[in-house]
Amino acid sequence: MARIAVQDAEFDTAAETALLTQGRTDIGAVASFIGICRADDGLGAMVLEHYPGMTERALAKITAEAESRWPLTGCTVIHRVGRLPPGAPIVLVLTASAHRQAALDACAFLMDWLKTKAPFWKREEFTQGRARWVEARGEDDAAAQKW
Amino acid sequence: MQILYFAWVREKIGRAGEEISLPPGVSDVADLIRHLGTLSPGHAAAFANPSAIRAAINQDFASPDDAVADGDEVAFFPPVTGG
Repeated sequence: MARIAVQDAEFDTAAETALLTQGRTDIGAVASFIGICRADDGLGAMVLEHYPGMTERALAKITAEAESRWPLTGCTVIHRVGRLPPGAPIVLVLTASAHRQAALDACAFLMDWLKTKAPFWKREEFTQGRARWVEARGEDDAAAQKW
Repeated sequence: MQILYFAWVREKIGRAGEEISLPPGVSDVADLIRHLGTLSPGHAAAFANPSAIRAAINQDFASPDDAVADGDEVAFFPPVTGG
């Protein structure tokens, strides 16, 4: 059963990793991915919107799919919403398994599916007051389909 | 039925959602998009290019030919960009 959270607050990667591993001796690998807000073209902030209810449902389905494909001992997906400055962490994916390949593959799979199958939208606000909605990228669809 | 809008669809329409009764002749997502596009200039702008719109029925992604019924929660939004 995955741990899923959608929140404004920053996440604590060390504490989240400990939640997956503490008290266990059967885990040989934890893979992690942290998505970070990049300052492209004078970006002042990224504003993340989501569909409360559907988001949690979509993340539950995506993590259940990962758990059915790889022998995971646990996984965690935390996605932040609201206004995030450049440099701020946006998303955390952790996967734990007995062996590294399952953890690494499941982590990459979760990010590829999350980007195309969970209802989040990014709006970029620039320093001169200009703003635009980020457009979906074909490369992301291709990455999700390869699994 | 409860209609919800997100991201630029919400901005163009000027509201986050609305309650409507299913009009006669509207049976799937594509019909509903055509109907909603007639409600105001903002709706017309938001739904001008249906291929740019994604939908969900009761919080599951839906296709243009998926059936809608009174009592459904139907959401419209651009392709997702999280992660």
